[in-house]
Amino acid sequence: MFRLILWVLPWIFRIARWRFPEFRERLAERNMVVQIRTADSSAGRYIVLQDGGIRSGAGIHDDPTVELIFKTAAIGTKLLMPPIDQLEQIDALKNFLVRLEGPDEDGVWFAQTVMAAMSAGWRIGRKMTDGTTRYCTMTNGGPLFVYVRDGKIIRTTPIEFDADDPESWSIEARGKVFTPPRNGALAPHAMNWKSMVYAPNRLQYPMKRVDFDPNGERNIQNRGISGYERISWDEALDIVSSEIQRMKRDYGTGAIASSNGSHHNWGNIGYYLSAKLRFMNAIGTTEVHHNPDSWEGWYWGALHHWGGSLRVGGGELFGTIEDCLENAEMVVFWSSNPEATGGVYGGQEGTVRRRWLRDLDIELVHIDPYFNDTAQFLGGKWISPRPTTSPALALAIAHVWITEGLYDKEYVEARTKGFDAWRDYILGAEDGVAKSPEWQESETGVPAKDVRALARKWGNKRTYLAVGGMGNTFGGACRNTNGTQWTRTMVCLMGMQGLGKPGVNVGNLQLGVPLDFSFYFPGYADGGISGDLNNTALATALYQRMPQLPTMNPSTQLIPRLRLPEAIIDGHAEGFLWDARTMEGQFSKIVYPKQGHAKVHMLYRYGTAILGTLNDANRYVAMYRSPNLEFVVNQSIWNEGDVEFADVILPACTNLEREDIGEWANAGGYGAHFNSQINHRVIAYQAKCVEPVGESRSDYEIFSALACRLGLGSYFTEGMREVDWVKRMFDASDLPQHISWKKFIERGYFVVPSEKPEHRPPTAYRWFAEGRKKDLPEAMPLPGDYTEQFLEGLQTQSGKFEFESSSLKRYAPEDPERPPIVKYTPSWESAESPGLEGYPLQLMTPHSRYSFHTQGDGKDSFLNDIADHRMLIDDHCYWVLRLNPQDAAARGIKTGDLVKVFNGRGAVLCAALLTERLRVGVAQGYESSAVYEPMGEPGRSVDRGGCLNLLSPRRSQVKNSHSMANGTAMVEVVPWDGDISFERTEPLTDGQAVAAEAAE
Amino acid sequence: MSKWNLIVDVAECTNCSLCTLAVQDEHVGNEFPGYAAEMPKHGHHWIEIERRERGQGTMVDVAYVPTMCQHCDDAPCIAAARDGAVSKRPDGIVVIDPDKAKGQKQIVDACPYDAVYWNKALDIPQHWLFDAHLLDAGWKEPRCVSVCPTSALRAVKVDDVQMQKMVDDEELEPLRPDLTTKPRVHYKNLWRYNRSFIAGTVSVERDGIVDCLEDAQVVLKQDGNIVSCLQSDGYGDFKIDRLEVDSGAYTVEVSASGYATETREVTLDESINLGEIRLTSAR
Repeated sequence: MFRLILWVLPWIFRIARWRFPEFRERLAERNMVVQIRTADSSAGRYIVLQDGGIRSGAGIHDDPTVELIFKTAAIGTKLLMPPIDQLEQIDALKNFLVRLEGPDEDGVWFAQTVMAAMSAGWRIGRKMTDGTTRYCTMTNGGPLFVYVRDGKIIRTTPIEFDADDPESWSIEARGKVFTPPRNGALAPHAMNWKSMVYAPNRLQYPMKRVDFDPNGERNIQNRGISGYERISWDEALDIVSSEIQRMKRDYGTGAIASSNGSHHNWGNIGYYLSAKLRFMNAIGTTEVHHNPDSWEGWYWGALHHWGGSLRVGGGELFGTIEDCLENAEMVVFWSSNPEATGGVYGGQEGTVRRRWLRDLDIELVHIDPYFNDTAQFLGGKWISPRPTTSPALALAIAHVWITEGLYDKEYVEARTKGFDAWRDYILGAEDGVAKSPEWQESETGVPAKDVRALARKWGNKRTYLAVGGMGNTFGGACRNTNGTQWTRTMVCLMGMQGLGKPGVNVGNLQLGVPLDFSFYFPGYADGGISGDLNNTALATALYQRMPQLPTMNPSTQLIPRLRLPEAIIDGHAEGFLWDARTMEGQFSKIVYPKQGHAKVHMLYRYGTAILGTLNDANRYVAMYRSPNLEFVVNQSIWNEGDVEFADVILPACTNLEREDIGEWANAGGYGAHFNSQINHRVIAYQAKCVEPVGESRSDYEIFSALACRLGLGSYFTEGMREVDWVKRMFDASDLPQHISWKKFIERGYFVVPSEKPEHRPPTAYRWFAEGRKKDLPEAMPLPGDYTEQFLEGLQTQSGKFEFESSSLKRYAPEDPERPPIVKYTPSWESAESPGLEGYPLQLMTPHSRYSFHTQGDGKDSFLNDIADHRMLIDDHCYWVLRLNPQDAAARGIKTGDLVKVFNGRGAVLCAALLTERLRVGVAQGYESSAVYEPMGEPGRSVDRGGCLNLLSPRRSQVKNSHSMANGTAMVEVVPWDGDISFERTEPLTDGQAVAAEAAE
Repeated sequence: MSKWNLIVDVAECTNCSLCTLAVQDEHVGNEFPGYAAEMPKHGHHWIEIERRERGQGTMVDVAYVPTMCQHCDDAPCIAAARDGAVSKRPDGIVVIDPDKAKGQKQIVDACPYDAVYWNKALDIPQHWLFDAHLLDAGWKEPRCVSVCPTSALRAVKVDDVQMQKMVDDEELEPLRPDLTTKPRVHYKNLWRYNRSFIAGTVSVERDGIVDCLEDAQVVLKQDGNIVSCLQSDGYGDFKIDRLEVDSGAYTVEVSASGYATETREVTLDESINLGEIRLTSAR
């Protein structure tokens, strides 16, 4: 049988060569002799590939290029005989029952050629009558049809469903029936891809810093200044792979740190939690451990009152759209601007649902220092507290409820714990200060009468609290210095009002669409092809369906991401884990360097630019120029941000130039059911719409090529091309039960049928409010994390909503920044703070509206023409800084003026936009500029790219956390005087700050 | 004969800019012979979103108005063009022939809506052509309409009688009522953009505590005549809207039983927030 199978193989090649020109081309790429045999050479066949021709013979060749060796003929038969059992194949590979010998590149090429023979007949995309081919892709802001003619993208459009797509859901509320439109509502940055693919700053070929010699003078001090020269892929890959080897040889495993931004693309294959993680585990790296960015306050704060560690501290979400529309009398949007960020990843799918609030005349309130986009769209009462002071406003609301009896006493009695302690604090028993509306006025700037009016309405109406960009978590005030206080006060208010009762819940109609979540398709954190069973949801979500060679990082050393500059410059860094499994996961301390481990001497940067997104970003500028960092490689699509601090640049291609597969807004293990933001579950075959621009390659191909140079090629690829992994992912999902592969790749997308009304899950927290077992289809908290019975109570120690947190009481009861009950402490970043004198304006830097982090911004993209995104002044597109007209007048600034925004950390040149949408004393500009453009020496000059994170504070929100507090910063704004110099006055790193204090 | 019309609802526009991005996506790098030459990558806003903020303090609102070629039935650009470079199609769409219009900058100058752009590199005038090239190829609506997440833009193909009925029923207006070009783009809720409001907040002090006063009677008068009359809401707020910009002197009277009436004199140009109006006891 083994011999028969081997005899068939060349025939598969011959038939594919005869039928498909693309396979003919592939065969002609290499000449080689492939020997397939048993280990004892008792049976075998060789195939000679020569100039596109195929020759084959039984027996053993005397000079094979590549050998595929099976332990026995029986094993070979089992592994090669269709249907292929993946688990058996993986087992055989793990146990070395099958081996690939010979040069790695040839071996991988041959294995991928076998795959190519199977796929040669696939027809991807739909031929349109106008001569274009319509492909599909998925972006962070929604799915696109991509129309291509002659290898060029003609246009991109939102997908429009057709008659084959399943019926949409509908919701009945107050006698009206609501149903969503049958298309995908995109985020602005999704309609920007054509200009991003063809951006002038695309990296077209590998480059090396001109004065960097890996075998000689490295001129590290010139990073950020030196120019670049074009090199070949071979040279680039040789330098990078030999540096990887040198690091391990000279210093030991872990001397390489790998670092990536959060989202520069979308999909389950070429993603940072997929292919990149697979590669980094394969070579062994120190992980730059992420903080729960954009969820900061929730994870380190609210979590301790209501659990939810597996949603990064966010709340439950099912059923809240129906409940809100049917039962709520009022919705309070508190630092909640879903129209700007589309929840997150959600495009503008939630917009139509929030419009229904208007259709039903539900009363709306918006609390935000900025009259935000959601307030603009929906209208309602605007309350404008000073940034970072919202916790004081919340305490005053609680004060009114307590003193006027406007809260749910029965609920507090039955479902919560520790209320008395909090109540006493609010009433002033602890410090003699009643947290009354009058008390909060001097902090927040909000008139006491408005607070009282709001509290009375809220206490008398069934009210939804729309908190953060997703309604129950994410963005907004959770990212400022008082983010933990804010999220904690938010959930405590809900604890007083009966969270889970009809019309009383958290949500902004962004999450909780009644979709069928039992249909399995993996999200981006479900492990993809990472093989990483420890650090992704692979083990719990995907591995059973898609067995793959496991990967495990041999280095357990971590660097807290926000302390990466400290790790490199000071040689020491500390932080805390983001371990979402339990509430206590975050109490584990990270110390770098880990005992006995190698310090980091090489940085592998991948993905998005970081100078625009990470706090006090001049630290990173200094880090890149530290002699402790001997080698920096940056694998990037565009030449932007921190790319030009690298020694070697590897040009990657975009999503539209490679294959992938992904579902809109499905974050998998990172945030369960985040795809419930979308009106229909949409899964896309993310086609390779056009060839990669220039010599750019897909991330997977770059990693494969490096892996081959390290002998890891067959381990890394399993002999698969990207498209083969896509097919494997398709097969692993529930898609094949509904659509054939052939049809899927032709149409490009699949819409999952909506959940039938009778199967829709109940409303979030209703079970809790009614004292029943949890009845929601979500495996969280962990079974062992329930206190009494399985499914009984919240994740907290008591199972109740805890006004006084057991976990914080246990961990650090005396921590003044994060005491067991939430208290208000004025921000440590204020005009009165040491070192911040002379910086009177509070700068808010919320998530950007038009770009997604750095994706979409810069790149000479279409977004540059949006006046609220960037402003064109004298041939340069400047980042927009919003100012209240009074603050602007005091400084002689008008709309369209160039202004220098600065403090002791950095200086940024922006374009002023005067607006009444901000209260006096507050400036606003988005975080996340992709462009870093120092006008002189990096770190010692004004940036005109717009990286406002150069100004945000270094320290964590609370000491016992690993969190950014970059939602606000104290700054001064002055008209631009042309002086490009900047001298930092604040200590650069934690280590330098300690040294400065000691010197004093 | 049914003809194309565009309806723009100002109350629904959030400035997401997908419409402007879709125009760039469609026309940058693409030419459609007979319809349009390539659009410059930057600087042309064939659809442009105008911004209008109204009010001060915590009484503000913001309106966005997408503007574009109005596809006028009496289009000044057609009159200004030579060699029939600009023409009106039977379906109501105005097209600028990219070949015939070469060098005819007067077409740009003729448009009172500033909706025609001059392409310096190609020496031609250009505009948003209602995606005529796509409609002719069977597309059902222009791309700016299909990308709009709030239906702020709607394209309708109806005869002029039906359109007039929609204008009446939905209270649609032209962008510039002072012009007589008979535009085929119709605006809804334009008052959010071109009218003003007078707003304020009513409060009272009782036992040393200041509170918002709900249901205070607010009367707006001009020349002694009552223009508007309403009650303050739960926050004591009132907002009298849809007043003409620069409409002169008004008197605002705020009264509530048991309190002395407060009066404010206002000369209205742009919208104004009078701020807090504290009523004191009548005694």
